[in-house]
Amino acid sequence: MIDFVGKRRWFFLISWILVVIGIVSLVISQIELDSPLQLGIDFEGGTSMMLKFGSEVDQSQLREEISRLGYEKARTQDADEGRFIIYTREIDSDEAEELAERLGTELHSQVEIIDYYYVSEVVAAKTARNAFIAVIVAAVAMLFYIVWAFRRMPKPFRWGSCAVIALVHNVFIILGVFSLLGLVAGVAIDALFITGLLAVVGYSINNTVVVFDRIRENKARGISSDFASTVNSSIVETLGRCLNTALTTLFVLLALFLFGGATIHYFVLVLLLGVIIGTYDSLCFTGQFLVVWETGDWSSLVPWAKKAAQ
Amino acid sequence: MRRRTVYLLIFILVLFGFALWSAVPLDREVFNREGLRLGLDLAGGIYLVYQADTSNIEPGTEDEAMRGVRDVIEKRINALGITESTVRIQQYAGEYGVAIEIPGIADIEKAKEMVGLFTVLEFREQDAAGNWTPAQGTVNNETLTLTSRYFKENTDIAVDQYGKPLLVFEWDETGAQLSEQITTRLLGKQMAIFLGDEPLRGEDGHIIAPTVQAVITDKGQIEGLSLADATELKGLLNAGRIDVPLGKWENEEFKPNIPLYQWQVKATLGEDLIEKSIRAAAIGIVLLLIFMLVYYRLPGLVACLALGIYGVVLLAIFKLVPITLTLPGVAGFVVSLGMAVDANVLIFERMKEELRGGRSLAAAVEAGFNRAWTAIRDSNITTFIACFVLIWLGGELGARMVSGFAVILLIGVALSMFTAIAVTRTFLRLIVGSQVVTNLKAYGVTSFRIARNTK
Repeated sequence: MIDFVGKRRWFFLISWILVVIGIVSLVISQIELDSPLQLGIDFEGGTSMMLKFGSEVDQSQLREEISRLGYEKARTQDADEGRFIIYTREIDSDEAEELAERLGTELHSQVEIIDYYYVSEVVAAKTARNAFIAVIVAAVAMLFYIVWAFRRMPKPFRWGSCAVIALVHNVFIILGVFSLLGLVAGVAIDALFITGLLAVVGYSINNTVVVFDRIRENKARGISSDFASTVNSSIVETLGRCLNTALTTLFVLLALFLFGGATIHYFVLVLLLGVIIGTYDSLCFTGQFLVVWETGDWSSLVPWAKKAAQ
Repeated sequence: MRRRTVYLLIFILVLFGFALWSAVPLDREVFNREGLRLGLDLAGGIYLVYQADTSNIEPGTEDEAMRGVRDVIEKRINALGITESTVRIQQYAGEYGVAIEIPGIADIEKAKEMVGLFTVLEFREQDAAGNWTPAQGTVNNETLTLTSRYFKENTDIAVDQYGKPLLVFEWDETGAQLSEQITTRLLGKQMAIFLGDEPLRGEDGHIIAPTVQAVITDKGQIEGLSLADATELKGLLNAGRIDVPLGKWENEEFKPNIPLYQWQVKATLGEDLIEKSIRAAAIGIVLLLIFMLVYYRLPGLVACLALGIYGVVLLAIFKLVPITLTLPGVAGFVVSLGMAVDANVLIFERMKEELRGGRSLAAAVEAGFNRAWTAIRDSNITTFIACFVLIWLGGELGARMVSGFAVILLIGVALSMFTAIAVTRTFLRLIVGSQVVTNLKAYGVTSFRIARNTK
């Protein structure tokens, strides 16, 4: 039997590394971009347009031309097959047409705007506010759900807190990844990012509930006097279910990520990351954290420190 | 075989047959519903949001005025034969706006023109060449065109002595002067009512152009309209009384004609994305089915059948409700599919455990379902919570793709619970009950070692 609980120091180390990288990236981004995450035009206002070029165009060359034409802050995204998405400040459709035309002339290629998207600051501010409210409402609703779902657990508050800590840990990792992508590749978060995040937060709670439910059952049956081994058995018993569910979802999401086109590329990435991390945390983090709390083995949370005398 | 199982089977087959009939082919019309509705990102088209300048409107009558604005815009778009457009009034913190979606049109300037950022109706007369030109007169040395702006608000429908509908209207002071000059000049000739460059037309498509039969000063009536035309005209004339400019507010200043939000997609991009996402989803689903078959064997096959039914019923729901399919919606469909499988996986894993524990097949099936049910129910609640919050968020301005995802995920998850509990269970009961397959290997159980490790 795989000893998931015994190796908890390693898992905590991995979690620490991921979370710290995430936080560092969020901080750097805050300093560099004035925002922990690169905000998309949904939240900041501006224009995005997808250009389709008739012939091969180099992205760095395109970026250069755009900035030479006076759009220094514009970001570009390669959308395959000669398509590029340009994100820039608020410009109306006439100006967009003009920009596209000039880019076409400079890059010696036919060009066509196939997707033009304009959000004024008023709407963006509202969207940002609504997204914020949505996240808060969802968080509160899910906390209520956790309180309800864990009412049958031996120590509802303690077990529920573990689930919440795992949740925060997942969210930080996903935010970190996107903050890093924002810094490195200019990937911005949009309304769909929030959507994906809320969806996968739900998913990760599901997994935790399934594992904890089994721990409760096994504890009641008294399969072992040792809490750590009870938790480990529970994790191993639910391993099949957790992995299979994750795999079946990943198959379809991965296909969509690889072949589904640029428009929802990063949205699907959020879902993918969420499913992977949600599965990881229920197998390698949440139960282990519960063991730490129940047994008072707090030193294993700081795996780099010397193991307490045993 | 228990009677209930048979009834359930019949119900499932009827449901499946009905769903298949309504879903295939996808672009067929069923119950007055056209084919599968595609969102802007897949079909191409334009989405525009404007704020309304309601400062000219009497406080308290904004709702009515905005309804008028909506009707006028709808009228203009429909005049061009575009039927699937939607025009919605938005209200946010005391401010009014209009959101307009026109699928299948690529030219943004044309669309903006068509939407018409004014709602005032204009009266026109025919010149010698038969062209309609604005009917003008002079008031206080100013040349003015007779428009719906000069109506009093009591335009209404009356009935003449023969029971035919009449549209009765009244001009304000300026309107009465203009009307007197114009109707004197046009006695015996026709006048038409224009919205932008399009004449108003009756139900049957003819231009509404009443002949001037008397000089009209302050009060008049239009005869010869059908009741439906009269009703519609009444609404338009009342709405056109007040000018509600559309544009956007910026720093307390109103900028007409500038949208708050604009999104436009070429149909070619949509076609490409449809092709890509269908291919991607197909690859993913095939992988998923193979995995289920290889790992779970016979129950896996049952799950695949259940998923097939799930897919067809979901498509039928998309068509019948109807639900607009967007690209994030496709992702929502995919995730809900994963969750549909999840319910089956939970049941099968439980079943395997029971089989390994030495239970009979029939008992294992029942125990598997009963024990997995609470987990399935509990684990879907968070998804429902997330979906409801997202549907609210998506309903607000600027996040329309969000609700596309959430609605489909919500319906998908609810349906997945049904397929797992009703469809998979019924099929498994039938197979087990009929004793066609009794070899436990077919159920994925290879040894009878006790799974629970006691260490």
